[in-house]
Amino acid sequence: MRAQTVTTRLLPDRSTLIWGLTFGVVFGFLLQKGGVTKYDVIVGQLLLEDFTVLKVMLSAVLTGMIGIYAMKSRGWVQLHLKSGSVGMNVIGGLIFGVGFAILGFCPGTVAGAIGNGYLDALVGGLTGILIGSGLFAALYPRLSRGVLKLGYFGDVTLPQLLRVNEWVVVVSVAALIVLLLVAMERAGV
Amino acid sequence: MEFLTAVRWSPYAVGVGIGVLSWFTFLISKTPIGCSTGLSQMSGMTEMLFRGRAVEQKEYYQQFRPVVSWEVMLLLGIVIGSASSALLSGDFQWQWVSPLWESTFGASAVLRVAVALLGGIVIGFGARWAGGCTSGHGISGTLQLDAASWLSAIFFFAGGIAAANVIFRVLG
Repeated sequence: MRAQTVTTRLLPDRSTLIWGLTFGVVFGFLLQKGGVTKYDVIVGQLLLEDFTVLKVMLSAVLTGMIGIYAMKSRGWVQLHLKSGSVGMNVIGGLIFGVGFAILGFCPGTVAGAIGNGYLDALVGGLTGILIGSGLFAALYPRLSRGVLKLGYFGDVTLPQLLRVNEWVVVVSVAALIVLLLVAMERAGV
Repeated sequence: MEFLTAVRWSPYAVGVGIGVLSWFTFLISKTPIGCSTGLSQMSGMTEMLFRGRAVEQKEYYQQFRPVVSWEVMLLLGIVIGSASSALLSGDFQWQWVSPLWESTFGASAVLRVAVALLGGIVIGFGARWAGGCTSGHGISGTLQLDAASWLSAIFFFAGGIAAANVIFRVLG
């Protein structure tokens, strides 16, 4: 009975859900207009033939980062960091990458691909992701006490890690992103 | 309003749009955009259809409760938003096999769905292992300069580039 009470208390309220839906509609609209709901565009990126995915991601990070750090310094928003470890992010990242190439969509773009009418994303991709997530949840007790703890470093930002003022990193990362984007345009990819 | 019916926008316009969208999700919902959490919750809810409330007692679902959350609604929104964009521009089509796949591996829908299922299992497992996906780590985490997210994003692409080259240049 106790678990039931906890669950009920943690149910999100209606306005939270409506905002989630609203933000999702905008996100999905943008993903489709960017062409990244398409298998060929995503796999083209992984084959280093079409750089649309990286252009979208890097300009999102550039814009998002400047805005979030500006709002953070005014106390309007807080960061929401994820704790990490070598075992989680390197091994998990590689497993993710292999799945990314086999599926040709990621968890967000699989939803976008379904909206675009792509049935391989719906019948194969979504089903597979639900199974894969469930498998992880089943194995979590064992993994969390072993490999996921390997090289644990917790929730830390790059400025904290480098022990420098956060704006030094914001400006450096922004400059690096701009240089990368200019290089991509120069290379004509 | 012609831009709404355009098939493609500049990737930079789309990226800036996603960046601005993230400002609002932080301000209003106090939540970064992420997609694998909602899928994990959907997986838990699906399992509950078969195995009942015992699923909620799993250690993992104590952290990510299998309920209809902001993240689940975000996914539903993505489907609706993408469909709206595709329908407005005439880019919507029912399709089993993409042109690139067909030119390399043929038009069989069964083969493509089997491979997509396998890829889905691997990416779903890997996303939860890494604690996020291309959205949660790749965009939302990196823009916060989260060390775990930068590490993840680098290895997402390292693994992805290596595997895609094996699939298309060795097997294909």
